[in-house]
Amino acid sequence: MINRNEVMETNEMIEKENLDVRTITLGISLLDCADETIEKLNQKIYDKITTVAKNLVSTGEQIEREYGIPVVNKRISITPAALIGAGVCKCPQDFVQIAKTLDRAAKTVGVNFIGGYSALVSKGMTKADKNLIESIPEALSETDRICSSVNVGSTKSGINMDAVRLLGEVILKTAQKTKHADSIGCAKLVVFCNAPDDNPFMAGAFHGVTEADSVINVGVSGPGVVKTALKAARGSNFETLCETIKKTAFKITRVGQLVAKEASRLLGVDFGIVDLSLAPTPAIGDSVAEILQEIGLEYPGAPGTTAALALLNDQVKKGGVMASSYVGGLSGAFIPVSEDQGMIDAVKAGCLTLEKLEAMTCVCSVGLDMIAVPGDTKASTLSGIIADEMAIGMINQKTTAVRLIPVWGKSVGDQAEFGGLLGYAPVMPVNSFSCEAFINRTGRIPAPIHSFKN
Amino acid sequence: MNRVIITVVGKDTVGIIARVCTYLAENKINILDISQTIVQDYFNMIMIVNVEQSNKDFSVLAAELEETGKDIGVVIKAQKEEIFDRMHRI
Repeated sequence: MINRNEVMETNEMIEKENLDVRTITLGISLLDCADETIEKLNQKIYDKITTVAKNLVSTGEQIEREYGIPVVNKRISITPAALIGAGVCKCPQDFVQIAKTLDRAAKTVGVNFIGGYSALVSKGMTKADKNLIESIPEALSETDRICSSVNVGSTKSGINMDAVRLLGEVILKTAQKTKHADSIGCAKLVVFCNAPDDNPFMAGAFHGVTEADSVINVGVSGPGVVKTALKAARGSNFETLCETIKKTAFKITRVGQLVAKEASRLLGVDFGIVDLSLAPTPAIGDSVAEILQEIGLEYPGAPGTTAALALLNDQVKKGGVMASSYVGGLSGAFIPVSEDQGMIDAVKAGCLTLEKLEAMTCVCSVGLDMIAVPGDTKASTLSGIIADEMAIGMINQKTTAVRLIPVWGKSVGDQAEFGGLLGYAPVMPVNSFSCEAFINRTGRIPAPIHSFKN
Repeated sequence: MNRVIITVVGKDTVGIIARVCTYLAENKINILDISQTIVQDYFNMIMIVNVEQSNKDFSVLAAELEETGKDIGVVIKAQKEEIFDRMHRI
């Protein structure tokens, strides 16, 4: 039988160390909504989402009550919209209508985000893909709950540089269209290389075409729990350090597995995966940066950061894979700047730069995440940063992503406020030497060689 | 068996156990195990109970226990056993 200490340990994790289930994400395939006219398509989309996800929010709340653990977000991911709208959307404005329908459906069922306003263009863009990408600034500025992502590269097919160039411009336009709220639209747009089909985390979630009709994916989180556990391992050797992280990750993930199975049972929807990612929030003590500090760095960004992060990420996975029968999604440590107080502090202290963040993304998903840059950054510079990050993913066979926010009207030293889970971010300097001639080349970067690894 | 863990934490006062146990008895909830200590005037109790016979829905029980706690100035939390079981047992 469960003993007193175990009960207390679990409840302390929940009450004092911010252990929570970050998201229950219901993936819904909309492939069967395709129809002859855009009106019929929109109606079918609305009907399907509001039917399948009808009980999502109440189920999340029921699980919260039964186990006494917060389920922070209930969300929906859908089939990439470029595929659903390909038949009837003849211009970017047509796609905006789909975005509005999705937004309306999200509000009806009460989820805070719906992801999948997406296009998969790692090798080439169809007309529909291009229209969807061009519609992103309008779609994100005229809706509240839509999240958008574009997969522009993969290890198998290389990098679509035409899409990379286009997205630099799209990000700037999105920033301009949402300038009243510190360009918040860009916080809901992710550019991917090797995007996973079953990621439950926003803004990059979409329901891949290889998935079932509907599926439950769960993201757990507990940076505070890992940090507290590591406090007890101060000064110990690497073996003890790694064991501590592994054991903690196991416990956290077991809770995720339980919640995922229970949500799947209550909703009558198949269980997909548990995502092992350590995801921070702006709350004090819920920070990945603080784990790195506990491991022994003054601030993240100091020499040794990449090694410490590699170790952390690997141990989280090793502990997590045994705890869940199906692991998937991104499953790595997230290092967003704005959503993590410790990262913000590191940037303010002058310890953490964009270049060091890029190095850190080589050993941990997801990538350059929630980074505020000056509003006057050139589109080609944004594309250059995206291309670099995509190359890291392509060559290292891992998921990488870019979520940059060129904050309209703000420059280095200013602060961008996004509010809620998105937090706030100091505007970081960007290398302003030109890469225009490189970005202006058309076509794609070929797939990398899969042998002679060095 | 439908086991639930009830934790009661708060400033010690007369009759905490009586109030909680009365509520449980009234709702046909059987107590399987009680462990209770006082640390620096703070009352700390963990109960393992079986709610199988109870007519009330779990969420109602949890909410009413929480209310009972507020009445006597302690925090009462009811959680299904699985969360502890899964976390601490392989």
